[in-house]
Amino acid sequence: MTTAEIVDMITVVIDGFEVSVPKGTLVIRAAEQLGIQIPRFCDHPLLDPVGACRQCLVDIEINGRAFPKPQASCTIPVEPGMIVKTQLTSAVADKAQKGVMELLLINHPLDCPVCDKGGECPLQNQALSSGHSESRFQGVKRTFEKPINISSQVLLDRERCVLCARCTRFSEQIASDPFITLNERGALQQVGIYEKQPFTSYFSGNVVQICPVGALTGASYRFRARPFDLVSTPSACEHCASGCDMRTDVRRGKTLRRLAGEDASVNEEWNCDKGRWAFKYVTAVDRLAHPQVRNSDGELVQASWPEALAAAAAGLKASHAAVLVGGRATHEDAYGYSKFARVALSTNDIDFRSRISSDEEREFLAARVVGSKTTYLDIDRADHVVLVGFEPEEESPIVFLRLNKQFRKRALKVTSIGSKLSIGVEKLKGEFVKVAPGQEANAVAGLPLTAKSVILVGERASESAGVLTAVAALADSTSAKIAWIPRRAGERGALEAGAIGNLLPGGRPVADASARVDIAALWGAPSLPAAVGRTNDEIYSAVNSGDIGALLVGGVDPLDGINGAAALAALDKAFVVSLEIAPSEVTQRADVILPVAAITEKSGSFLNWEGRARSFDAAVDDSLNRSDLRILSMIAEEMGTSLNLGTVTAAAKEIASLGTWDGARATLKSTSASKAATLKENEFILTSWRRLLDLGTLQKGEENLAGTARQTVAVISPQRAATLSVVDGDRLKISTSIGSVTLSALVEDIHDDAIWAPRNSRGSQLLVNLGAAHGAVVTVVKI
Amino acid sequence: MAEIEPLKNNELDLTKVDFSQVDQPGSVGLFGHMKGFWVTFSTIFKKPETVEYPEVKAPTQERFHGRHQLNRHPDGLEKCIGCELCAWACPADAIYVEGANNTEENRMSPGERYGKVYQINYLRCVFCGLCIEACPTRALTMTNEYELADDSREKLIFEKADLLGPLRAGMLMPPHPMYPDMDDSNYYKGDVTQAHPSQDVNK
Repeated sequence: MTTAEIVDMITVVIDGFEVSVPKGTLVIRAAEQLGIQIPRFCDHPLLDPVGACRQCLVDIEINGRAFPKPQASCTIPVEPGMIVKTQLTSAVADKAQKGVMELLLINHPLDCPVCDKGGECPLQNQALSSGHSESRFQGVKRTFEKPINISSQVLLDRERCVLCARCTRFSEQIASDPFITLNERGALQQVGIYEKQPFTSYFSGNVVQICPVGALTGASYRFRARPFDLVSTPSACEHCASGCDMRTDVRRGKTLRRLAGEDASVNEEWNCDKGRWAFKYVTAVDRLAHPQVRNSDGELVQASWPEALAAAAAGLKASHAAVLVGGRATHEDAYGYSKFARVALSTNDIDFRSRISSDEEREFLAARVVGSKTTYLDIDRADHVVLVGFEPEEESPIVFLRLNKQFRKRALKVTSIGSKLSIGVEKLKGEFVKVAPGQEANAVAGLPLTAKSVILVGERASESAGVLTAVAALADSTSAKIAWIPRRAGERGALEAGAIGNLLPGGRPVADASARVDIAALWGAPSLPAAVGRTNDEIYSAVNSGDIGALLVGGVDPLDGINGAAALAALDKAFVVSLEIAPSEVTQRADVILPVAAITEKSGSFLNWEGRARSFDAAVDDSLNRSDLRILSMIAEEMGTSLNLGTVTAAAKEIASLGTWDGARATLKSTSASKAATLKENEFILTSWRRLLDLGTLQKGEENLAGTARQTVAVISPQRAATLSVVDGDRLKISTSIGSVTLSALVEDIHDDAIWAPRNSRGSQLLVNLGAAHGAVVTVVKI
Repeated sequence: MAEIEPLKNNELDLTKVDFSQVDQPGSVGLFGHMKGFWVTFSTIFKKPETVEYPEVKAPTQERFHGRHQLNRHPDGLEKCIGCELCAWACPADAIYVEGANNTEENRMSPGERYGKVYQINYLRCVFCGLCIEACPTRALTMTNEYELADDSREKLIFEKADLLGPLRAGMLMPPHPMYPDMDDSNYYKGDVTQAHPSQDVNK
């Protein structure tokens, strides 16, 4: 709310105290402002009022005329002349509340000792604070079969439910996934799912968190702990660039659950199921525990830290070395890699984009994204949001929730440019501009935007030539705002930290001599390398051609790129120092492995897509694992240079002292779109994206979560399905020169030239199986 | 840094302290002495209270707070549901419990939940009995056993296996299914009196 908006204030009297609140405020919230707590179950500030539980009854009188009966304070907005008496001053309200509580408890089972909510249960707490201590009920309680799985990760105990409808309202109003509802009426009323459709929402975990009783519980946390066992640490989510505030609950060094934190300007009170439940990878049994060094026989053997650091330093010094850092590093760690490359290795050959990327993207990031200040607030105020190479529900779920909120509130216009209509865009009733994969640039060009519009560009925009050029041109001509939303949590931070070949920290172009002097002075280095560094793919090919002899790799999956074979060959050939938490394709080929701390074991910060710092503390404080930053400092010392970045605090201080670059920004060379391919009858152009729940490394070991992943299907258009005589469920074999995948068909709204499959789901790992993900011509055969 | 100077007596004002005489009690007289010795003398004719421990072990009072025991239902299933209320009640933080899910293949207690890990640290336990009061299923009670000394810290952390009560007649070692056609509430009502014949106790 800006100060410019004129707000009508209404003064009411609650329990004898006057309070002025904006018009439209509910009585229960006005009472909160006075510190008067009215008991409630169904009321939630982010959901529409419903008045389902009747627990918040109060006596209300307006201009001398009293309501004949107590009223639900969560549904009645304040009015001038209103006098409210809560349970504190009105015997009638108090009796009404106690009566409602007694009725709620009649059918509530005495499950508290076995219930997960016990100890943090609003019903338990309010039964003690505003209920009778004895029950007068002598009959038999209503029972239901329990628990029932409403999805593989959410369990429902119907007899515990107080029918507050928080879960059903959340699913309908916030997530737009109305897969649960209240069935039956009267005493048999119960929460239920549609018979043939489980509760497969990406946001289902939130209903577990907002359930005011233990009716909805998470399968993974069931019976694991009691609230008093847990040590809670405020943290940030490492799964995507949305930047959710989180709370991590740890029992004896093991993360048992994560909850959405509250941040009104980012995730409000929600998060997605991946952020909530995908944390077991940290405690997976195969974590690396000790440094390893490859001996003269070519075998990896356990080594001491000094040995391993010496081997790493010697290897990196012996030949020209480059740095590959994945998009999962924290801002401070990425800064460490960036500084290490420049200071210890004297090179700009560093790239955080361990995925499909392009030179056009790198220039776009330098020219438009680094330092940009588009935020969630711009989405809230936008008149039109355009999605380019970006599928919000799958790739940045909180952005989807924000779009959905604005769509429900004021019918925000959303336009999606792509080849396949997605479930998310359908929910947003977005305008779908259908283009063949690779031809997105032309569709971007003519969009009628205004200065209040926002263009949300995903990392997949780099997969079609000319799209980013067109986006920049569109923003220039209409003064619409650009926001670049990568999938991974660390990418924006790595960009700001200069973990890319054409930028130094703080968005300073490498090519600019004064920018180099700036940073060299800060770092106390005589000079910094002047040549613009290689990109990811160039680094791999330089290794294969012999120009680069050593690689420092941190948190990279080499098979995330188009040319996985070349990446693996390069890792085989080069001297590789790998900083990892668990064995991977890189550690198998590494010459020195240095185990690092996982996210719960270190402090640091991520920059979300807005560039907003999301800092967090170590949730597990007795871990012996060190952060990447600390290890890089130790390698640098061993190499005879100093990074002066011993701790995260030191790095954060140094980053803060960088300031912003006010010199000239890099410019974006224009790239033109590629020509449309001509296709034979059984040829299609492949397009794909990663689903929220798929085979991602950070989702390992969490089967309940994987159970709600969307089905792996190949999507083709009705017209092409007719020519190939394919119906839903037929098996389609999609093949390239590298390999093939066989998936069941789904006929849906997609461009006639295109075929869609999930990029990294079970049975459909396109980059590995096909060596292609977007824009490549594939052959499709019905089998 | 300057040297630290030694403290001088007059800085403490020790000279100003008054040492007054402490009163000693006067003589109790002959009668007083005799009264004292009478207690000693009369004890000679009483039965000694001393027990030749450890050869002789006298029973404690019935409600003596000794080592804990985790009880079983009459068919052998454990009563503990892993609710951690004992741990919550414990003022000495001596109890550690981890709950887990009962499954059809691995049923340790009636109902959904059982105590997977149950530890009592007797180095910490103060035998106050608050845990017994907290237990909602009477799974945890105290025995009269008091011989709890041992020679290492580890041995004094009792695991579930050390605390579980013995299998009595009619009981069957869990895991095994609940009594047919009964559910957990029947167990609490006392409807189950022994393992079902089909479960063959002697197997």
